[in-house]
Formats: sequence, C-alpha cells, structure tokens
Amino acid sequence: MLNVENLHVEVGGKEVIHGVDLQIPEGETHVLMGPNGSGKTTLLRSIMGFSNYTVTEGRIIFRGHDVTELPLYERARYGMGLMFQRPPTISGLKLGKLLDVMAGGSPAKAYEYAEMMNMSSFLDRDLNANFSGGEIKRSEVLQLMVQQPDFVMLDEPESGVDLENIALIGKAIARLVDKDRHIINRHKSGLIITHTGFIMDYLEADAGHMLCNGEIRCRGNPREILKVIQEHGYQECIECTKL
Amino acid sequence: MHKAVEGFEDLSPEDKERLEQSGMMLSSENRCGSFFQADQDVRHTSCTYEGIEMLPTAEALKKYDWLKDYYWNLVDKDKDEYTRYVADQEPRGYTIIAKKGSKNIFPLQTCLFMATDDIQTVHNIIIAEEGAELHLITGCVSSHSVGHGSHYGITEFYVGKDALISTTMIHTWGEDVTVVPRSAAKLEQNSTFLSNYISMKPVKRVQMYPEAWLTGENSVARFSSVVLAPEGSELDLGQRAILEAKGTSAELISRVITRGGTVVSRSHIVGGAEETRGHIECKGLILEDGIIHAIPEIEGRLTNTSLSHEAAVGKIARDEIEYLMARGLDEEEATATIIRGFLDVKIQGLPDSLQRQIDAAIDAAEDGF
Ligand SMILES: Nc1ncnc2c1ncn2[C@@H]1O[C@H](COP(=O)(O)OP(=O)(O)OP(=O)(O)O)[C@@H](O)[C@H]1O
Ligand SMILES: [Mg+2]
Repeated sequence: MLNVENLHVEVGGKEVIHGVDLQIPEGETHVLMGPNGSGKTTLLRSIMGFSNYTVTEGRIIFRGHDVTELPLYERARYGMGLMFQRPPTISGLKLGKLLDVMAGGSPAKAYEYAEMMNMSSFLDRDLNANFSGGEIKRSEVLQLMVQQPDFVMLDEPESGVDLENIALIGKAIARLVDKDRHIINRHKSGLIITHTGFIMDYLEADAGHMLCNGEIRCRGNPREILKVIQEHGYQECIECTKL
Repeated sequence: MHKAVEGFEDLSPEDKERLEQSGMMLSSENRCGSFFQADQDVRHTSCTYEGIEMLPTAEALKKYDWLKDYYWNLVDKDKDEYTRYVADQEPRGYTIIAKKGSKNIFPLQTCLFMATDDIQTVHNIIIAEEGAELHLITGCVSSHSVGHGSHYGITEFYVGKDALISTTMIHTWGEDVTVVPRSAAKLEQNSTFLSNYISMKPVKRVQMYPEAWLTGENSVARFSSVVLAPEGSELDLGQRAILEAKGTSAELISRVITRGGTVVSRSHIVGGAEETRGHIECKGLILEDGIIHAIPEIEGRLTNTSLSHEAAVGKIARDEIEYLMARGLDEEEATATIIRGFLDVKIQGLPDSLQRQIDAAIDAAEDGF
C-alpha cells in the first residue's frame, strides 16, 4: 500500500525527517511512536502532501505509484486520508455542509455516520469552532468515514478523549482500517500515531515503528516496543543501534 | 423607445431573473403584499394581509394627515445634496403601516426597478405599531439594459413598543449605477429592528450609513451585511446604533469580500445609557487585490455600558484550504466552500423563508467567486 523510501523532509527551512524508510502492506495497520517533537506529525503530513513540507530526498510510493510530487487533494482522491492532530477552525462552514460536499450526491450515509459518531447535533456548528478535544476527534473520524480512504493516517486519535469516547472512536477506527473483517478480507491500511497505545485495545496493530529525532530507530511488535518505552523510557531506543 | 413597464409581466426574461436574484417573487404566492416602482412610476401596490396597509407614499400623505410628522422626521431633509434632491421631487416610494398587534408570516415585498438611465427617487415610511411584527424584503434592481443611472432612497422606520421590523434588502444593480440610500430607524420600548443588506452584483457606487436610534428601554437592533465587491465597484457602507435607553443592545455584523473592488466598512455603536451592550463583527476577505477598509467604532459614554468589536481582514488561511484538500476537494472547491461559509450569516429572529431568500441570493453569486 505505502512504501516510503529514504525520505528527507524540511519544515520551516530545517530538516526534521532524516531518511525514513517505511512499508505498510495492504490490509495492515501500524503504529508510530516516539517522543514529542521527534517528527511523527511531520512524517504523516509530508506523506499526505501539505505544502509546507518539502521533500528534499527520497520517494513516497502509494499503491504502486510515485506520489512524491502529487498535489495534496490528488493523494486524497487516490485514497489517502488523515486525521488531524490540530485541525483549523473554519468559521461559517458547517460540519454538515462539508460532509454534503464530500459525500457528493449521497449525503444520507453521512448522516447515518454522524449518528454513529454522536455528532448529529454538531452538523449545524461551525467546523471545529469551540469543539472540545474529544469532539474534534469524533468529527475527524466522522469525516474520514465519509471520505472512505484506503489508507488512513491518524495523528493521536486517543489523546484527550474520555473512556467512553475512546471505545466509540476506537471501534470506528477499527472499521476504517478493515480490522472488523476477517484477515483475508482486509484491504485497507492504517498508520496510527500513539503515545499510550490505548488504541490497540480496539484494534490489533500489525507492527510498530519508533521515531526518534527524525529517524526510525526501532521496528517490531508494537506491544513490545511500548513495553520497553514504559520500562526504560525513550533513551533506550535512542541509544539502541539495532537498526 | 422603451415600452413602459407596467408590472412584472412586462419585464424581459433577463430582468425577471435579476428580480428573482434580488429575492422577488413574481407571483404573489407566499407574499402578503407587493409594491412595484419602475423608474419614477408606482405601478403596483397590493397587500392582502389584514392589519397591514401598504400604499404609495404620495397617497398615504394625502390620506393620513398625521403621517407628516413621520415624513422627514428621522432623516434630515438638509443632510446632503441627495436628501435635498429627493425632497424636491414629488414623493415616491411606499408607506407601510402595520396596525397594532398585526403580524405577517409571509414577507411583504417591495421592488424598486430601474428601466432607464435616469434618477430614481423613493421615500419610504414604515411603521409597526405596538406589538406588530412586520417582515419586509426589498429588491433593488436595474434592468440589464440600464447603463448609467442613480437611485436615491429615503427610508424611515418606526418600530413601536413590543414591535418587530425586519427589513432585508438585496441589491442587483448594474455596473454603472450609483446608489445612495439614506435611512434611519427609531425603536420604542422592547422593540426589535433587524436590518439585512446583501449585495453580490457589480455596482458603480453605493454610499450609505443607516442608523438605529434605540430610544425605548430594552430595544434591540441587529444589522447584518453581506457584500461582494467586484472590480470597479466602490462601496462605502456603514451601520450605526445609538443606545439611548436603558437595557438596549445592538449587534452589527458584516462580511465583506473584494474581488478588486473597494469597500469601506464602517460601524459605530454609541453606548449612552445604563446596562447597554453592543458588539461589532467585521470580517473581510481579499480574494483579488482590492481594498477593504474596516472602521469599527465603539463609543462608550458611561461606566455601565459594554461594547466590543472584532475585525479581521485578509486572505483565506492556507491551512484551512489544505484541510479541505486533504478531504479530496481541489483548491477551487475548497476555496469556494470556505467562502460560502464565510458569507453564511444566520440572522436570529428572521423567518425561515427570508433566511432562505438571503441564502439563495448568496448562492446565486457563488459561480462568481
Ligand atoms: N512549520 C514548522 N516550522 C518550524 N518547525 C516545525 C514546523 N513544524 C514542525 N516543526 C518542528 O519539527 C519538529 C517535529 O515536529 P512534529 O510536530 O512532527 O513532532 P511530533 O513527533 O508530532 O511531536 P508530538 O508528539 O509533540 O506531537 C519539532 O521540533 C517542531 O517544532
Ligand atoms: Mg504530533
């Protein structure tokens, strides 16, 4: 599904990602971990193709095509989706109106999803304006449900979310990445940034990657990586020379 | 030679469309009354709603002697060259009197239509007596065939105790038309005045600064304007509320877009009495190089008034556009979606049918973004 090769990314005139390799096969969902400021959000946003993120070296191959130069919206139309860590507020634009525009001719489904995400009463609200932390996450998941990407990247979906909503969001994300299906019927893929690993209570991640200072320092079983971080902190990974 | 326009049915298909874009309904269905003035001739007045009288101002002044106290009472005859010009003409325009306790669910529509290159003058008097609720929609339209022309309009609103007047004005003028409205409203105790202005079409010049005098306790005024200035348009728009009585409040909202035109967006609230509140919100988007000059003024005259304003002028933020692009909208779609949201002003207290009319007038301009 996704194949990132030797990716170097500059943001604000500074290189933040220093040669990342990352492969996510079809039907698999991986988690991305790492300390604050290590470049996780930057990596996701450059895969998505935002304009401030300049790829200076390397390639992004998506579904067999080199998309490194492809504009953001074309990557979205080609099947990429992103849950924002901090989405902007768009005053005047109603959440419901955006869903209508995204859903094209078939908005009925969108309202059904809104009901599922407990967001029906937000359809008339300005997009993200005064949404609480948990409401932002639900709104992001709802938009992705309407968008139906083949490969979805989620930037800290569980942070700031209460226990009840974590279950709601976790299950919805599991469906987004086909984790509710039998393994042979799974076609969608995901990449999830998590600090706590709580999301793995709702979907089994197939692999984990650990990003430190803009480099992948460790890969493997996500629960094991998490355990090492919990017991020894990130220092262990920073000093580790396994990769 | 122009064929005289007697009524809506004499209009060309293009002009009918322009009227509809200004919120006019050509059949009287869903309208409780209709007034039509083409150039300087009053062609049509009707009002089927009980308790609401609509008649040409000239006739009204003859019929009701007391009306002279309302004529040139809120707007000064000697204010400027335009008011003096109108004062020198036979009175045209309409007078509406909503009797005590009357209510119209369907709005009254008035249409001021310019068919020739000349000066059109109107003087409107609108009175809502105690407890009355009056909704009005005014389409100001010039024929697509009009070149140069001017429209000078005086409007005086009297909002009685516990009464409500909503007035929605949708402009569809031509590129070479000059428009100079002069209007003012006086609000009695517990009354509400809602004034909405929409202009999405090219116009040469508009200059206006309507005022609301809140002289009755706990009265409320809300002005909203939604304006698009294409290249060549020069709009000098203001809205002012004078909070003269205890517990009065005002909200002045404007959304301005320039596509090369010039807009001065003025607003002024005077907090001159106890427990008064006022807020100004002026947002401008510069889509193509043009000028938006926002001048919000708040003037407090005693300790127990609370006035605020927020104003912002600029282009659409890149992160907003890219947010929508990440959802699969291309840059143009994302921009149009954000602009449509920007212009979406929901007016509290306005009947749904009028809100829909406003939305439709804005939607109609969407292809022009
Ligand atoms: N637009 C920008 N301009 C300058 N520096 C930036 C910009 N965006 C990100 N950075 C810097 O790049 C580094 C990586 O940031 P990023 O947001 O990718 O971290 P992260 O791993 O997602 O952190 P967190 O766990 O706190 O979300 C940080 O030092 C950050 O300050
Ligand atoms: Mg981050």
